Amino acid sequence: MGIQMTNLMAGAGNQVMLADNAVDFSAHYLMPINLFGQTVYLTTTHVTTLIVAVVIILLALFARHQIMKEDYEVPNGIQNAIEMLVEFLSGVIKGSMGRHAKPFINYVATIMIFIFISNTSGLFGLRPPTADYGTTLALALITFILIQYSAIKTSKFRAFTNLAKPIPLLLPINIIGEFAVPLSLSLRLFGNMIAGTVMMALWYGLLPVFVKIGIPTFLHAYFDLFSGAIQTYVFAMLTMVYITDKRDAED
Amino acid sequence: MSGITNEGLVLMGSAIGAGLAVIAGIGPGIGQGIAAGYGASAVGRNPGARGEIMSTMLLGQAVAETTGLYGLVIALILLYANPLIGRL
Repeated sequence: MGIQMTNLMAGAGNQVMLADNAVDFSAHYLMPINLFGQTVYLTTTHVTTLIVAVVIILLALFARHQIMKEDYEVPNGIQNAIEMLVEFLSGVIKGSMGRHAKPFINYVATIMIFIFISNTSGLFGLRPPTADYGTTLALALITFILIQYSAIKTSKFRAFTNLAKPIPLLLPINIIGEFAVPLSLSLRLFGNMIAGTVMMALWYGLLPVFVKIGIPTFLHAYFDLFSGAIQTYVFAMLTMVYITDKRDAED
Repeated sequence: MSGITNEGLVLMGSAIGAGLAVIAGIGPGIGQGIAAGYGASAVGRNPGARGEIMSTMLLGQAVAETTGLYGLVIALILLYANPLIGRL
């Protein structure tokens, strides 16, 4: 299933295009690379992910440069914005994780900033990196590893025996439940983003030119900004809820 | 019926299946509406807890939305990365 899902947005060989050819929302192969005897492709997702990463790094370097100035006296423009962002993020994380917040502020704030900028990159004409199942699955797998690490760190060996509670009959269901977490996390983000991308591609590709002026503003505001912000919040929130749940298991 | 090729039949079935798969959107729609309704009544009873209610409601709605998105993903697989064509 994994291979199929990755190919889904990557223009696989026997692709069946049922819609008009002007409708284009799939990621494209750009350059073949031979890796351990297998041919893999650089896709537009890699390029847009790189663009998002470079934008975040440049913003961070610029903010650092502004803060570390020699003649620094009072916080000015950009530093106020950065402080507001950091305070907001740490407020959200402390509000939902409580006493477990400290080790996770960096991780959760990072994925929030990355997912938010990825989701809103559709505003700038990019194909959002999160509209590719590879990106969201990677993010969800990191979260899955963190959740299991938290469980084992808190409950030691009982993390495994807890799966057979309350009765051993439920063991398979509990195991499936553990593995359903990264699946549903990644599919939720991917599904929302691909739905927005498909809707925008249909709107731009199929309709006459006079409805493409002005009206897409509202669609962009909904699909990119609103939906992107909500999904960012939900992804980070569920990550924190699952981790806190495992960390509180032994109380 | 004699003019229909095997591939055409598979494509027809896939298109109908994709249409049926997105009917999964009905459930999350009802669920999200119920969540939003109870959220509104909770804010009406206790306007001070607006932020808390809002975040809880959004989280619940996002979780409810997942089943609808599974349907969407199935529809997209059937339309754009059809595994059944390869079986012919």
